[in-house]
Amino acid sequence: MTKQTMDDALMAEVAGASAKKTVQMPVGVPGYTLADETREIPASEPPVWPINKDLKYVGQSIQRYDGMAKAAGRARYTSDVQLPGMLYAKFVNANVPHAKVTSIDTTDAEKYPGVRGVHVIQHVLGNAVLRDPALEPVKYPVVRYAGQPVAAVAAITPAAAEEAAALVKVKYETIPFVVDPIKAREPDAPAVFPGPADEEASAGGGGGPSDVKQTGNIHGPSIHKRGETEQGFKDADVIVEGHYVTQVQTHSALETHGVVADWKPEMLTVYASTQGTAGVREELAGFYKIPLTQVRVITEYMGGGFGAKFGAGNPGVVAAALSKKSGAPVRLMLDREEEHLSVGNRPSSDQLLRIGAKNDGTITAMHLVAYGTAGCGTGAGCSGPAANLYKSASLHAEESDVFINAGPGAAMRAPGHPQGAFALEQTMDDLAVKLNMEPLDLRDKTDEHPVRRVERQIVRESELWKSRNPVAGADRGPVKRGVGFAQSVWYRFVSMGSSAEVRIHKDGSLEVMSGVQDIGSGIKTVMAQILSEQFGVPPSQITVKVGDTNYAEGPQSGGSVTTLSLTPAVRDAAWQASQKFLADIAPALGTTANDLVLVDGEVRSRSGKTQPVSFKRAAAKMTSTQISVQAKRVPDYDPKKYLTYGGVDVAEVEVDTELGRIHVRRVLSVHDCGRPMNPEQTISQINGGIIQGISFTLLENRLLDPVYGLMVNPDLEQYKIIGSREIPDIDVRLVEAYIGQSSTDASGIGEAAGVVSIGAAIGNAVYNATGVRIRRTPMTPDVVLAALHATAQGKELA
Amino acid sequence: MSDSRESTPSPAEIDPKTMATAGSGRSGISRRGFLKGAGLTAAGTALLEGVQGFSAEVAAHAPHGVTELGPGPVPVKLHVNGVEHAMEIEPRTTLAEALRMQLGMTGTKIVCDRGVCSGCAVWLDKMPVNSCMTLAVDAVGRHVTTIEGISSGDTMHPLQAAFVKDDAMQCGFCTPGMVMSCAALLERNPHPSEHDVRHAVSGNLCRCGTYPKIFAATLDAAGTLRNA
Repeated sequence: MTKQTMDDALMAEVAGASAKKTVQMPVGVPGYTLADETREIPASEPPVWPINKDLKYVGQSIQRYDGMAKAAGRARYTSDVQLPGMLYAKFVNANVPHAKVTSIDTTDAEKYPGVRGVHVIQHVLGNAVLRDPALEPVKYPVVRYAGQPVAAVAAITPAAAEEAAALVKVKYETIPFVVDPIKAREPDAPAVFPGPADEEASAGGGGGPSDVKQTGNIHGPSIHKRGETEQGFKDADVIVEGHYVTQVQTHSALETHGVVADWKPEMLTVYASTQGTAGVREELAGFYKIPLTQVRVITEYMGGGFGAKFGAGNPGVVAAALSKKSGAPVRLMLDREEEHLSVGNRPSSDQLLRIGAKNDGTITAMHLVAYGTAGCGTGAGCSGPAANLYKSASLHAEESDVFINAGPGAAMRAPGHPQGAFALEQTMDDLAVKLNMEPLDLRDKTDEHPVRRVERQIVRESELWKSRNPVAGADRGPVKRGVGFAQSVWYRFVSMGSSAEVRIHKDGSLEVMSGVQDIGSGIKTVMAQILSEQFGVPPSQITVKVGDTNYAEGPQSGGSVTTLSLTPAVRDAAWQASQKFLADIAPALGTTANDLVLVDGEVRSRSGKTQPVSFKRAAAKMTSTQISVQAKRVPDYDPKKYLTYGGVDVAEVEVDTELGRIHVRRVLSVHDCGRPMNPEQTISQINGGIIQGISFTLLENRLLDPVYGLMVNPDLEQYKIIGSREIPDIDVRLVEAYIGQSSTDASGIGEAAGVVSIGAAIGNAVYNATGVRIRRTPMTPDVVLAALHATAQGKELA
Repeated sequence: MSDSRESTPSPAEIDPKTMATAGSGRSGISRRGFLKGAGLTAAGTALLEGVQGFSAEVAAHAPHGVTELGPGPVPVKLHVNGVEHAMEIEPRTTLAEALRMQLGMTGTKIVCDRGVCSGCAVWLDKMPVNSCMTLAVDAVGRHVTTIEGISSGDTMHPLQAAFVKDDAMQCGFCTPGMVMSCAALLERNPHPSEHDVRHAVSGNLCRCGTYPKIFAATLDAAGTLRNA
């Protein structure tokens, strides 16, 4: 190629990227609102896919790509990685909730048999950081919670590391502490920080605003305002109000946080249990000031994250330091107690919510004052549902983080939303009672989301909803049955750092690669399905490689971004590769690329010029050994559209009014996520959201002892998580809701998957069963009995 | 109210041979410390029936029917998935640790490490046990079956196939333990009800919330096995 033709080619490519074409795309819900809409899209984009029923692989419940590996125990997680000469590291954690560290003596630990390295932590990660570090001139990071890592030891066996860690002598100068979020708000409460402090959000969300004032331990408020609520309440015919309290929940992923770090002179390789290989790499490169090219992060399989696993964190940074020091690979996986204490939790909430409405259900004002604690971090905001679910003439939401001496919060599945919806959707239920309206009719009046409207219709027609007695507390016996409804909301976030590479090999094999990690939602399967759809070969013939920063950059899996961000890049790469492939082999077949199509594992001629040949035989005619295309996510087709996802849930409960036990018997879960790419995998996620949400509503609670400031249940037997015998029958109805936004038109489901709304649905069902509203989680028997008793006394349990 | 505290007892207060403190600055007895102590004193009595699995040298030290082992490594033979493995382990080593670290069988997961989640479930003579709460020396003379051992060659156990078909997994970390619990159920009860399945996995924790499909997959596999 001459320089001139190269320039021409480049110009053509640039022109191609900006050239547009006009297409018709299906938008809406088949059977309800489906219609074609016009979109102006980049000319280089592949043809528009029809709805799922007209596709062969995408939209089908193709078996999970790595199902066999997982069922056979062959899947290798970070905690399974064993490298030659690998050392085992163990943290030394603070056993006091608030203290200055005056000295750390590692002499005995270093002499302990088998020890290869001891590291004293100089920069602790995760906690909020003082705006003015000069307020705290200290040699070692101040301990802000019991369980904060102080040092770490690497040794040749886990036992030696644990024993040596016990020999590290840490001297503390204790500082008064507070672990009760109510007490922490008092003016004379011990201060967790000596001045304003902020925590940045992770790729999964979480974190709080950094431009707010701080008074004592109260970080905030941050205020969202729309219209005039004072006028709105004057305009209201009825006003309902409630005080809602939710607890701290820990993520409790089965695989704990951790890494295996292998720092060789030329390359730091880190196996990490993470939701974002890219983020781990960035944090390590930034922390150690080495180029990104010298850090490689690998996540073959990961055992659950739920929002808490972003960045290298303390385990990543410390394992890397120990690996460098010892010259050997170092494994640092947290134990179960550390997992509860130091690597994230869903912040609590304490919300006062007031809603004013007209007699016809029109909302005139919403007023929310919320406090919540993310320990020594921030991110307890919970106004999302109040701000985004319903049309309201005015809104005033003020939310504050309250610092306490506990581990920092982290994004957890729909950050802020289960808390916010718990208050909002029970208050809406109160409003429906007060207005004597059917709960679904009230939402029809105030909720403009087109898909939720369809979803409510599905609920309305369901046997479960029809079985609901509209009269609360109508059952006569001690065990009362009730049915409740609540709605969910989540948002369309696109991660533009989403790329994939597709390779066609001369032997007819196909592979697709991306740095993205599969956190259990099944992105590998979906990637294979897209190639199958494009090349007409079954998914079993596709090789998918993910979880490695050596591949094209993948999105970090937080905020339900993975499928909707990555799949268009995969499809674009597959489409472009297929076009190159056809152009490459057409001469050998005696025709042109335009005449060829890929269908059912064959290359066929539209004109009938040539006989069909199998994909494999066609590939043998390639003029090179490999065709490779890397594609990056193009922006959403209609970026002006601000899109949210819906989802509504119905819970049927039995409340034992003598024992205080709530049993969730059945759940009807109606959810949308754009084009469902793999319905069974999507349903699995919704089951999971419902089940985690029930567990949050009825059982889980991080308990801190106010005298010593320690967590009293840092395990999996006293920290109660729902088990097999409490699982209800869950009926998931997946609603296809096309939005015309990308070459796959996929959306996400992880956050919206029931976890937002099920708590309020249970609360509303309990009200329907008993006539008593429970505004506090977890709804353990003592809480239920106290609420029933208070109501019997004419009071209310706040 | 400021005072000075040491995070750990001084070395003089710890006898590392009996009751190591719990690392990490906690006080009290760690599970590992406890097992280690138990391995030195009481565990021997539990080893009577398995003593033939130890080397002659070890067996010779059992003059009164009580085998005293450790604290150093002892040679043992573990019978895992039909193969006998000779190895040296410290008596305090749990079966889960021996499988994962000594034999590289990492399908068995350690999750809670105290016997409440069954992520580490394996079979001892077809009885499911939590391998994190079982000393490896207590598995001597027994048949250990792990997730790697329930399929035959490349052919999956019908239950594993059903887990894949019904998508009874998400992150997959609980899956091996779930499969071991459910497969043990099918061994003892070819006609399980959903209630039976719920009971069989009542000790297994899944944080992704995959239970409904685990119930379905196990009932599916029961049908497959009955028709086989």
